[in-house]
Amino acid sequence: MNPDTDVRGYVSPIEVRRAHLGDAILAEWTKMRSVRSTMWTLGALVVVVLGVGTVIPWAVRTDAPGPQGDPPLAYGFFGVLLGTVCVITLGALSFSSEFGTGLIRTTLTACPSRARVLAAKTAVYFCLVFALTLVLTVIAGIFEVVIINSPNPGPTVWAPATVGVSVYMALLGVLSLAVGAMVRHAAGAVTAMLGIVLLPLVVAMFLPRPLSGVRSVLLNYSIPSQLVSFYGAFGGFANGSQPSGWVSLWILLGVVALAMAGAYVALDRRDV
Amino acid sequence: MGLEMIEAAGLTKRYGAKTAVHDLTFEVRPGHVTGFLGPNGSGKSTTMRMIVGLDRPTSGTVTVGGRPFRQTPNAPRKVGALLDAQAVHGGRSARNHLLSLAQLSGIPASRVEEVLDVVGLRDVAGKRSKGFSLGMGQRLGIAAALLGDPQVLLFDEPVNGLDPEGIYWVRTLMKRLAAEGRTVLVSSHLMSEMAVTADHLLVIGRGRLLADMSVREFISRNSADFARVRVADDAAGRTGELAAAVAEAGGRALKEPDGALRVTGIDLPRISDLAHKADIRLWELSPHHASLEEAYMRLTQDVVDYRSTDDELAGFTPPEDEAHPLDTAPGPPEVPEVPAQGWYAPPPPGQAPPQTRSRP
Ligand SMILES: Nc1ncnc2c1ncn2[C@@H]1O[C@H](COP(=O)(O)OP(=O)(O)OP(=O)(O)O)[C@@H](O)[C@H]1O
Ligand SMILES: [Mg+2]
Repeated sequence: MNPDTDVRGYVSPIEVRRAHLGDAILAEWTKMRSVRSTMWTLGALVVVVLGVGTVIPWAVRTDAPGPQGDPPLAYGFFGVLLGTVCVITLGALSFSSEFGTGLIRTTLTACPSRARVLAAKTAVYFCLVFALTLVLTVIAGIFEVVIINSPNPGPTVWAPATVGVSVYMALLGVLSLAVGAMVRHAAGAVTAMLGIVLLPLVVAMFLPRPLSGVRSVLLNYSIPSQLVSFYGAFGGFANGSQPSGWVSLWILLGVVALAMAGAYVALDRRDV
Repeated sequence: MGLEMIEAAGLTKRYGAKTAVHDLTFEVRPGHVTGFLGPNGSGKSTTMRMIVGLDRPTSGTVTVGGRPFRQTPNAPRKVGALLDAQAVHGGRSARNHLLSLAQLSGIPASRVEEVLDVVGLRDVAGKRSKGFSLGMGQRLGIAAALLGDPQVLLFDEPVNGLDPEGIYWVRTLMKRLAAEGRTVLVSSHLMSEMAVTADHLLVIGRGRLLADMSVREFISRNSADFARVRVADDAAGRTGELAAAVAEAGGRALKEPDGALRVTGIDLPRISDLAHKADIRLWELSPHHASLEEAYMRLTQDVVDYRSTDDELAGFTPPEDEAHPLDTAPGPPEVPEVPAQGWYAPPPPGQAPPQTRSRP
C-alpha cells in the first residue's frame, strides 16, 4: 500500500529487551497472587495445619501425665497430611487452568520457550509452598510443644518436622504441577495426584497374604508413610521400616525430576 | 532484515484422519492489511496457531521474519496475536492479566495502562474479566496483541461481538497498523468489513489455498462484474448481431428479460468499440460491480462444509386437508434468458455452472 514503509518495516519506540527467566517468574507470581482460588486454597492450608496441629494435642493433653510416647511435633503430621490436598489442588491448577481457559496459548505466544514457562511456574510454586509450610509447621510445632507441655525436642527433631516436611510438601506441589501440564485437565490432574497419594495405601490394605512383600513396599513407600517418617514417630501405616525422612526427600525428588521431564516433553511436543 | 514477512511453504496440518490445512504456500507482506477468509472449519485458526508455533505442522514450514516463531528472539516484541479472546482466566482482572503478559515478555509495566486506554477498557481494568461482555473480552484480547507493539500482528476474528463503533475502531486500527509498515493478518467472516479494511486477500477452503491476490483483483476475477448493454429500440433486431460480436471478441452475452444484454468477459470500452464497428447505436452501457461478498460466495460455494437447510418443522406440522384449493401447482418455469443461479452473482465467462464447476 505504501511502498516506502514496505522497505523499512515498523520499529517500535519501546526499548527491546531480551526477556529472561526472572521476567517469567515475576509474571507467574502476578498470576498466582491475582486469583482468588490461590487465597482460598492456601487459606485452607493455613486453617488445616494450624487447626489440626492445635486441636489434637489439646485433645490428648487431658490424659497426658502418662509416659511420653510420641514426640509432640508428631501431632502436626495430621494437619500436614490434610494440607497436601490443598497443595496438590493448587499445583494441579497451575497448568490445567491455563489449558482449560486457553490462556496457555497467550502465555506461549508471549514466551515461546516452554522450558522457561515450566521453570518459572515450578520456581514460584515451590517457593510459595515451601515458605508457607515452613511458617505453618514452625508455628504449629510451637503450639504442640506448649500445649503438651513437653520439654523442647532438639534440633534433630525440629529440622525434619519443619524444613523437611516443607520441602516435601513443596515437591509434592510441583509434582502436581507437572502432572497438570501432562494431563491438561484440572479434574483429571487432581484425581491423578490423589490417586498417587492414596492408592498405594488402599491397595496395600486389600492385598492378599501371599503378596505381603509387595504390600509392605506399598505401605512403606506410600506418600503418607514417607511424610510420617519426618516425625520419626508412629509405627504409622508402615511397619516401621519405612525410609527415614531425608531418604523420602530423595525419592520424591527423583519422581519430580521424571515428572518434570515428562511435562517438558508434553509442552514441547504436543499441540497447544 | 527489516522485512517482517510471514512465509508459509507447503504448510500442512492433519489431526488424525482430518486434514485441516493442506499444502499452503503464501506470503503475508508488511504494509498491508491481509484478509484471511474461508468458510467455517477451513483451517484459518489452525494456520494462525501454526504461525505462532502452538501447533506443529505435519509437514511444511511457516516462518516470521525468516525464522520459525519458536526460534525468534524477543518473539513477543515481534509478533502479537489475538487467537481466542475468551482465553483469559475469568477470576483475574484485565489489568493483572495484561501485567503478567507484559512481565513475561519483558515489556515495561507502564505499557499496560497505554493499551488499556487504546482499547478503552481503563474503567473496568480492575474488574474480574469473568463479568466482561463479548465485546469487552474481544477488546482485552486486542490489548494483549498490541502489548508488545510488535511488527507482525495476527487477529483471528477481531470484530466478533464488537459494537458498530468498535468495528469502526478496529478497521481504522488495522489500517493504521499496516500504514506504519507492520504486517497485519486478519481473519473475518464479515465481508463488508473486509472489503473496506483489507488490501490483500488469502482465501482458503477445506485447508487449500483458493486465492492470494489483491481485493480488487479478487472481486474482478471471481465474479460477477458485468455490463448491461441495451441497443437502441429502433435497432432492437440487431441485438443478436451485437451478441455475436461480443462472443467473437471473447466475451459472453446473455439476454435479459427486457431485451438488454448482460455482457461479461470484456470491458466497457471494448463493448462500445464493438457496437460502433457494427454500427449499432446503444442506449445503455452501464457497469455492474459485484461486492466482495458475492465474489467470495462464488469462489467458496463448493467448499462450504457446514451449510444450513430450511427448518421444515415437518414432524410438528398438524396434518392438513388433503386438498389445497388455493395451491395452484406451479407450471414449468420459463426458460430464463439469464441462466438460473443461486443468490450469488452469475458465473464468470467460460466456467461451468456452479454445481459442476471444478475446484481451482
Ligand atoms: N485440535 C484439533 N483437533 C482435531 N481437529 C481439529 C483441531 N483443531 C482444528 N481441527 C479441525 O480442523 C479444521 C479447521 O479448523 P479451524 O478452527 O482452523 O477452522 P477455521 O477456518 O478457523 O473455522 P472458523 O471460521 O469456524 O473459525 C476443522 O475441521 C476442525 O474440526
Ligand atoms: Mg477459527
